[in-house]
Amino acid sequence: MARIVVVTSGKGGVGKTTTSAALGTGLARAGHRTVVVDFDVGLRNLDLIMGCERRVVYDFVNVINQEATLNQAMIKDKRVDGLYILAASQTRDKDALTDEGVARVMEELARDFDYIVCDSPAGIERGAMMAMYHADEAIVVTNPEVSSVRDSDRVLGILSSKSRRAEEGREPVREHLLLTRYSPERVKQGDMLSVEDVREILGIDLLGVIPESKAVLNASNAGVPVILEEDTDAGQAYQDAVARFLGEDRPHRFLEAQKKGLFGRLFGS
Amino acid sequence: MNLLGYFRSQRKRSAKVAKERLQILVARERAGAHTGGPDYLPALQEELLDVIRKYVEVDRDAVQIQLEKEGDYDILELNITLPDSHR
Ligand SMILES: Nc1ncnc2c1ncn2[C@@H]1O[C@H](COP(=O)(O)OP(=O)(O)OP(=O)(O)O)[C@@H](O)[C@H]1O
Ligand SMILES: [Mg+2]
Repeated sequence: MARIVVVTSGKGGVGKTTTSAALGTGLARAGHRTVVVDFDVGLRNLDLIMGCERRVVYDFVNVINQEATLNQAMIKDKRVDGLYILAASQTRDKDALTDEGVARVMEELARDFDYIVCDSPAGIERGAMMAMYHADEAIVVTNPEVSSVRDSDRVLGILSSKSRRAEEGREPVREHLLLTRYSPERVKQGDMLSVEDVREILGIDLLGVIPESKAVLNASNAGVPVILEEDTDAGQAYQDAVARFLGEDRPHRFLEAQKKGLFGRLFGS
Repeated sequence: MNLLGYFRSQRKRSAKVAKERLQILVARERAGAHTGGPDYLPALQEELLDVIRKYVEVDRDAVQIQLEKEGDYDILELNITLPDSHR
């Protein structure tokens, strides 16, 4: 039976799609059949980040409307075995994701995959609620910044009250904190919330810390999930996070500020 | 510490302020989501806390508010715990 994992945040632009692409790729590389589903109807981006935008023929909404089968709509990744992508549609119709339709697609995917990774849109509107509803696990992507932390807390509240698991009175959704765009230098200066601060406020398990990194933009320019850029800090941080997600115990890296030269010490901010 | 850092340390570190604000906000929003009482309860609790703090130093959880229904009435139960030295 598949595990359904939602990558969510409330706040926009914090790194959900970057994380969904990295997680999906990492899980597939570890030998688990994985599909990444883009729930961001109207603003599809996952295909771009994963570098398969030119191969999208049918999308999630086509499958829901039974205009295409799942096999027709899913795109098989060319780099990693056992990795598939289901693109979001570019329709503007907010109600395109029907309750029954999404439930049917999830059920069908669950028969064929080990992991279903749901890339949630920002906000707490329909698309985000649908992405969260079926989740067994949630990765709450958070930036060390007040509005992102607040939104993450709201999303945690929704997961514990409005998810399918909550409604059916089953064991609650397993929640993981992924702190992204972390800048140890700014934390050291006292200008940025630290890992401990955020963890203390949200009170959930820390899955990983992804540093603020140029590698993320470079990877997205090239359409390569950053986790495949193995010699980069962000790539390695995502590898650690996926390993932890799969139960491995790995120490956290990239939490300390790099030492600066004399010039930096005198004038650096 | 560098020169800029020296001047920066003259004011309160912004991350510290952020953390304090978030702790209060998150506690208030969680309370609001759970009690299901009227919207003003968390604000009322904050203001009571402010008033009490004019006279004594108390923790955030010194003021507990509970709303109970009894027949046609809503009963607002208010518990204020003062620190030991003030007993
Ligand atoms: N660790 C990082 N370091 C530097 N830049 C990052 C990092 N993570 C994400 N970004 C950048 O932040 C931007 C938003 O990332 P992404 O699209 O993954 O966020 P999102 O949460 O999916 O956004 P939306 O809410 O719009 O769907 C992108 O430009 C991305 O390159
Ligand atoms: Mg996105």
